Amino acid sequence: MASDARVRLRLAHEAIGVLPAMKAVFLRDLKTAFRQRQDLLNPLLFFVMVVSLFPLGVSPEVSFLQQAGSGILWVAALLSVLLSLDHLFRHDFDDGTLEQLVLQPQPLFLLVLAKTLAHWVLTGLPLVLLAPLLGVMVHLDGNSIAVLCLTLLIGTPVLSLIGAIGAALTLGLRSAGVLLSLLIIPLYIPVLIFGTGTVAAATDGAPVGGYMALLGAFLVLALTLAPFASAAALRISLSNS
Amino acid sequence: MFATTDLRDPCCAKSGALMSEPLLQAMNLQCERDDRILFRDLCFSILPGTLTRVEGPNGSGKTTLLRILAGLNDAWSGDLHWLGEPRAHRREEFLHNMLYVGHRPGIKPLLTPLENLRALMAGRKTVSDAVLMQALAGTGLYGFEDVPCRRLSAGQQRRVALARLLIADEPLWILDEVFTAIDMDGVEALESLLVQRAQEGGAIVVTTHHDLRLPSMQRISLGGGDGF
Repeated sequence: MASDARVRLRLAHEAIGVLPAMKAVFLRDLKTAFRQRQDLLNPLLFFVMVVSLFPLGVSPEVSFLQQAGSGILWVAALLSVLLSLDHLFRHDFDDGTLEQLVLQPQPLFLLVLAKTLAHWVLTGLPLVLLAPLLGVMVHLDGNSIAVLCLTLLIGTPVLSLIGAIGAALTLGLRSAGVLLSLLIIPLYIPVLIFGTGTVAAATDGAPVGGYMALLGAFLVLALTLAPFASAAALRISLSNS
Repeated sequence: MFATTDLRDPCCAKSGALMSEPLLQAMNLQCERDDRILFRDLCFSILPGTLTRVEGPNGSGKTTLLRILAGLNDAWSGDLHWLGEPRAHRREEFLHNMLYVGHRPGIKPLLTPLENLRALMAGRKTVSDAVLMQALAGTGLYGFEDVPCRRLSAGQQRRVALARLLIADEPLWILDEVFTAIDMDGVEALESLLVQRAQEGGAIVVTTHHDLRLPSMQRISLGGGDGF
């Protein structure tokens, strides 16, 4: 029973464009995340807890908190992003969605970029939004809080982008957590230094333009290079699984 | 010898529009895993309009071979040609024309069947929701469109993945253990879908332990080296 709907090669113009494909990946990640809200809450709770434990554990002195506040917030943000990284590809890897992602005809690094952006929207962005509140708690002045939020806004995407490389590399491993931290923390250190340096400069009343430009350069570097590395790492991890 | 290719039974090679040259051609394919050679000197062609079954005992490398063919596994040597040219040069075109349903079918437990199917099709083809619903109904999931997949049975979850086959128009399908967890009626329907697909000119590569009652097919046998 030869059918008239014969199978033929699909032509290039029938392919789905890169942007709709990225959007689909992005939206699916948001949707699955909102179906499992407690996973979203974990890094945020961690962030709030660490920051609020410092005054209790070290010193509630205003002078100490003003000096250490921005550093505490930055370190807490960095660690809570690190905590959430393991989930970035893990679930997709386990249920096979990742295989299907790699087999999509669109360039993989762009699809990975969409996934990473979704990760940032779900973890980094809430941290940025919470930061002013915690900034007030550690007695930072208005200007410092604004600068702190700006540095987090530029810095947390870098953390997500770099973290994605490590998450992709350690995907096939059973005890990925420790290795992931060891791989990623050295790469996070420059971002941390310049992030806190910017806020310190703002508190001292010094110009912050130069620091901000460097943070921006980190972001551009991570945006352009990290997705390629993550995509390559994903292929390796899948190939070995 | 680890592998033999039996081409005595070249199935219904009705040629279609593109349809005389092999879609995928493997030459001297070799794969090593954990210091063990899974197969070597494997040569075969996947022609349009054929069903190919990869056979062999557990651990003989069936899934690995399928992952190599799909482009997921890079740990192989030899030559793989897509439409006569090295596949690596035409990766995008190959991916555009190949559908792979793996062991892990790519179904998110938190999403509903409809959302899952929509997400799986999103990067490949523009399909309206009506068509997706129809495909789900066609796999016996009518009424389950809005139930999160984690509440569905294993067989139903596989059916969500297989609903793609009712919409897919890629000429090459690579299906790993498709019959797992599917009930008898489902197996029958799937078998006839595969046969019809091959008759229309599609090429299908499957692994399964299920005893297929398909009219004719090419067999690729992988020997387990140290079996009993």
